Amino acid sequence: MINFQQVSKTYPGGHRALEKVNFHIKPGELAFLTGHSGAGKSTLLKLISLMERPSAGNVFINGVDLNKVNSRQIPYARRDIGIIFQNHRLLERYTVFDNVALPLIIEGTHHKQIAKRVHGALDKVGLIDKIKCHPSMLSGGEQQRVGIARAIVNSPPILLADEPTGNLDPELSMEILKLFEDFNKHGTTVLIATHDLGLVSRMKYRSLTLKDGRMLEDPLAEGAL
Amino acid sequence: MSLLFKGRQNSNDKQQKSILAGGYFFILNIFRQGVHSLGEMWRTPLASMMTIAVLGLSLTLPATLYLVVKNVQQVSSGFEEASEISLFVKESMSEQETQTLVKRLALYPEVESIEFISKQQALTEFKDVSGFGQALEYLDKNPLPDVVLVTPTKRNRQPNAAKVLLTKLESEREVDFGKLDIAWLERLNALLDLLKESVITIALLLLTSVTLIIGNTIRLSIMDKKEEIQVMKLVGATNTFIHAPFLWTGIWYGVIGGLFAFICVGLMMWWLSSAVSSVAGVYQTSFSLIGLSLSELGFLVLLATSLGFIGSYLSVNRYIKEIEPDKV
Repeated sequence: MINFQQVSKTYPGGHRALEKVNFHIKPGELAFLTGHSGAGKSTLLKLISLMERPSAGNVFINGVDLNKVNSRQIPYARRDIGIIFQNHRLLERYTVFDNVALPLIIEGTHHKQIAKRVHGALDKVGLIDKIKCHPSMLSGGEQQRVGIARAIVNSPPILLADEPTGNLDPELSMEILKLFEDFNKHGTTVLIATHDLGLVSRMKYRSLTLKDGRMLEDPLAEGAL
Repeated sequence: MSLLFKGRQNSNDKQQKSILAGGYFFILNIFRQGVHSLGEMWRTPLASMMTIAVLGLSLTLPATLYLVVKNVQQVSSGFEEASEISLFVKESMSEQETQTLVKRLALYPEVESIEFISKQQALTEFKDVSGFGQALEYLDKNPLPDVVLVTPTKRNRQPNAAKVLLTKLESEREVDFGKLDIAWLERLNALLDLLKESVITIALLLLTSVTLIIGNTIRLSIMDKKEEIQVMKLVGATNTFIHAPFLWTGIWYGVIGGLFAFICVGLMMWWLSSAVSSVAGVYQTSFSLIGLSLSELGFLVLLATSLGFIGSYLSVNRYIKEIEPDKV
């Protein structure tokens, strides 16, 4: 599903964020991406979501080489990837409904379908009663769940989460991770970037570890197997 | 259809079974965004009204100057119609030769009408008008020549055409010389030309400023919605989708600004009409100001709309491209 082959990324100015990274995440898998701040987790997620291009190597998603996706095709490629951010990135002037509906509006979905899917997504994250609220009226955990609802509303095959529990207490963090587990059970491939090793150890899933841009630990890597 | 997952259909694909339906939804979406952007303007009434007022007033000035030219042209066209060519017949010509000349001149395609004033007739008129009646009786012979008054056709009343005709008429054997008093007309037309040029220059400057004002307003709006644009790009919005609301805003500014300018011009004409009537009354003529016609209103609104579109397009094309989601 997600395949990195000898991927390196050097930013203008010479900062090398990733160096010859190799890994493969199978369809329907849930994996963690761990590492300290500056290890390259965000860069790796940026490469998957086409916010950055690799300096060397290839990133494949479902067999499609992202190097061959041109700039006009990027928006369409992003529709297959749900992204969840640490700071939620919700739009304050819109209601919860409008925030969650955004990917569907962009796809040009019929308004009846939009209403149905948004209700479904908010029901999954347990926020159906907050549908008319604005993000500022919600707690941090609720805002994160709205962000998750927005990421899954159009049922993307891949879900990326960058520090989704970064600002949450341990109880809320577990709730959020349970949601990811639930989506994963329904076939979504999930990659969660986090530096909370305690959380990772509590969940028995594969963990990829980055250090200074290099893949340190991958239980499924050729050497490890 | 999904780009990375060929078999996957999004909710939109399910409803768009044909190209026709796809086109229908595309157009529907564009109009939906148009209505939405109008709603956005409504949500910030003061800022929108101020921008529209600036645009409207900027368009009012060239539109008013255009009307000034139009009205002055209307007045001067009345003067031009009075232009005549006086041909003075050589003294040596007999009455029969003069009559032949009059008949020949009437056949000119450039000539609308001919009036012949014989030397005797001219003397009688002069006696009546000048007050030298008795003194003139002491003259041995009539010093006045026969005169033919030629009124050119409408097309030949313009100064240049009238001059050409004069030269042609003066080449007639029987004609001593001709006279066309067009110096004042030339001066008036030169002034009108200057006014027209000034209007075009001022209009170009103001229209450029309107485009820049709209462009800057849209730029500020883009900067204000930077975060929103980043999120939209992250969840798969195409450039067309992100551009559309800003382009619509520019178009709405143009449409409403154009209509505002039309109302301002109308009010100004109404305000000036009584003053113009008073001036016309002093000269014992009647004159009423001409306002903008329906087609001119259409042109004004279309021009303003185009400027709105161009201004917003320039900003959208320049600034949205630069906004990219920088952090996951």
